[in-house]
Amino acid sequence: MKLIVTFSRKAGKKPIIAQVVRDTGVLINVERAQIDSSEGEALIDIPDEACTVVKEGLSRLGASVRVLEDIISLDESRCIDCGACISICPQEVFSFDENWKLVVNGERCVLCGRCIEICPQRALSQKEEV
Amino acid sequence: MKISVMEKTIDLIRERIRDGNARVVTAEEMPVIVEELGEEGALREIDVVTTGTFGAMCSSGAFLNFGHADPPIRMERVWLNDVEAYGGIAAVDAYIGATQKSATREAHYGGAHVMEDFVSGKTVELRALSTGTDCYPRRTITTELLLENLNEATMVNPRNGYQRYNAATNSTDRTLSTYMGMLLPNCGNITFSGSGLLNPITNDPEFRLIGGGVPAFLCGAPGMVIGQGTQHSPAGGFGTLMVTADMKKMSQDFLRAATMTGYGVTLYVGLGIPLPVLDLETVRSTAVRDEDITVDIIDYGIPSRDRPSLRKVSYADLKSGCVELNGEEIRTSPLSSYRRAREVAFTLKAWVEEGKLDLVLPTRKIDTTIKAHPMRETAQGPRVLDIMDRRVFSIGQDEEIRSAAQKLLKGETNHLPVIDSSGKLVGIVTTYDISKAVVNPGKANRVKDIMKKRVITTTMEEPVDIAVRKLEKHNISALPVVDRELRVIGMLTAMNLGKLFGGRWLK
Ligand code: SF4
Ligand code: SF4
Repeated sequence: MKLIVTFSRKAGKKPIIAQVVRDTGVLINVERAQIDSSEGEALIDIPDEACTVVKEGLSRLGASVRVLEDIISLDESRCIDCGACISICPQEVFSFDENWKLVVNGERCVLCGRCIEICPQRALSQKEEV
Repeated sequence: MKISVMEKTIDLIRERIRDGNARVVTAEEMPVIVEELGEEGALREIDVVTTGTFGAMCSSGAFLNFGHADPPIRMERVWLNDVEAYGGIAAVDAYIGATQKSATREAHYGGAHVMEDFVSGKTVELRALSTGTDCYPRRTITTELLLENLNEATMVNPRNGYQRYNAATNSTDRTLSTYMGMLLPNCGNITFSGSGLLNPITNDPEFRLIGGGVPAFLCGAPGMVIGQGTQHSPAGGFGTLMVTADMKKMSQDFLRAATMTGYGVTLYVGLGIPLPVLDLETVRSTAVRDEDITVDIIDYGIPSRDRPSLRKVSYADLKSGCVELNGEEIRTSPLSSYRRAREVAFTLKAWVEEGKLDLVLPTRKIDTTIKAHPMRETAQGPRVLDIMDRRVFSIGQDEEIRSAAQKLLKGETNHLPVIDSSGKLVGIVTTYDISKAVVNPGKANRVKDIMKKRVITTTMEEPVDIAVRKLEKHNISALPVVDRELRVIGMLTAMNLGKLFGGRWLK
C-alpha cells in the first residue's frame, strides 16, 4: 500500500524514513520524493501488513502520514475510452478490457501527474484525502 | 441448382431493407463472414456493411443562423462564449470552427466546446458587433441562446474521416506535446489514431460507394457526405471526406470537445457510412483486416514537414499495445476511441435495418487519383544565418575561470561557448555560472569545471521559428550556431531577435 509522508525539516535533517526502516525492519520503497529546505513530502510503498507499524514509527518522528487508495479518479461520464493515457503512464495503470473499455489499476499509481495533464477529456483527477 | 449472383442492384438492397429482410453487418464482422461463406456466399447473404470511426477531427465546424433581432443588426464580428466565429457571411449567419480558441480562456475552451455545449442543451452567450447601416442600424447585441433558439445549426466539416493516420513517436531527449498527444523522450511511446478495419474509406478505397449525396452518421445525427474533403490525397492512401448533418439531432455521446495539452482545442467526431454490398469487389474491400492496413511511424522530433518514417506497421500491430522499434518493445496507445467507433457502426446498422436512412449511390463521384500538394511559399521565412551574431567569442575548456570572466566582460555577451583543443564545442558558460564560481570559490578553477556540458545548438540553415521554439522550450536566451564539425560559427541570442524583428518573433 502507498503512504504519503509529509515532514517539516525545521527540526534538523533527520533521516526519518531510514530511521523507520531500521526501527521496524520493514523495507520501504520510496517512489517519489520532493524535499526543499523547510519541508518534504514522499510517496512510499510498503507491504500492507506493515501499515500500522510504519505509520506509528513515522508519526513518532514527527511526520504526518496518510494512506493513498486508488488515488487516480476517473470521471466515467467524460471518459471516451480513447486510450491516450495508456502509453504515457510510467506505472502501466491503464489498459483496455476485451471490449476496448478503459480499465484503471489505481494502486500502482505514483502520482506523477502525467495522465491528469494529458487526458483530452479532462476525465482524470487526483482524489482528495482518503 | 444454385445460381451464382455476381451482382446486386441498389434497388434490390433497398427493397430488402423495406421488407425487413436485409442482412446488415459491421465491417468488423466481414473478414470472418467472408472466410466462412466465401466471397460469393457473402455477396448473396450480406446486403449492407456499416463502418465507423470516432476520433479528433480538427477540421470541423458549423454554420449557425441566429434569426433577426429588433432593431436588426448586421453582425460583423461574432463571439459565442467568447470564442470568435466567422461573421463574414450575411447579417445573422456565422461559422464556428472547432479549433478556434476562446479570447478569455485560451486553450481550455474553444469552438469545439461551444458546439458540445449547444448539443448538450446548455445556454451559450452570443455577442456581436457591427458598424451599423441604414437597413441594419444596431451596433451591438448580447443574448443567451439555446440550440433550439437557432434557425439552423448545420455542421459542415471540411475534412473528416481520414482513411488512416501515421503513428507518432519522438526520438529527441525531451517530451513533446503534439496533436498526436504526449510523446515521451527517446521513443518512449507510440501514439496512433483511427479505427483501422472499421474506417469508412478503408472499406471503399476506390470510392465506388462513398461520394456526394451518400447518407452518413455524423455525431449521432443522420447526415450526408458532400464530397471529397480538403487535402484529399487518395493516391497516397490519405483520402478525406466533407460531411454535413443537422446539429440539432446530434448527441454528446458522439460529439466531444477535447483539449490536447500543449496543442489546443479539437473536436472528437463520430462518423460512419453504410456501404451497400453490390458486387464481389465490395465484398473484398469490406473484408479488409487490420493486418492489411499499414502506416508509417513518424518521428515528430524532427520539426519539418517531411518528417522521417522509422518503420512501417499495421493497425493490428498498433492495436496490440506494443510495437518493436530498433530492437526495443515500445508501448502504443490510440487517441481515437475504438469502443465508440464500434458504437457508431452498431448504431448505423440499426438505422439501416429500421429504414432510417435512404441508401443511394453517389450522385457526385470522388476523385481517386489526386494527391494533395504542400504549400507554395513565395517568400522563404528568415533563417538563423540572416540574423545571427557572427562575432564569436569562445574559450578553451582548460583556461582559467578568470579569463572567461574577462572575455565575457569584453564581449558584451552573457554566454561563452567552450571549445576543446580541436575547436569543437563542448560546453557553455554564462555570466551567472562565473559569478557563482567567484562568490563560492571552491575547487573549481578551470572553465571545464563549471561549464554546462549539455548545449542546445542551432545551425545556419535552421528556420528562425524553430530556433525560437528551442529558446522557449529550454528557457534559455542564447544558442551557439554550429557547423557540421560542431565548430561555433555564430551566436543567436534573444537580443538578435528582438532588435531585428521588433520583438515579433518572441511571445
Ligand atoms: S485519456 Fe482520458 S478520455 Fe482517454 S481513455 Fe484515458 S481517461 Fe479516458
Ligand atoms: S499519475 Fe502518473 S503514475 Fe499515476 S496513473 Fe497517472 S500517469 Fe500513471
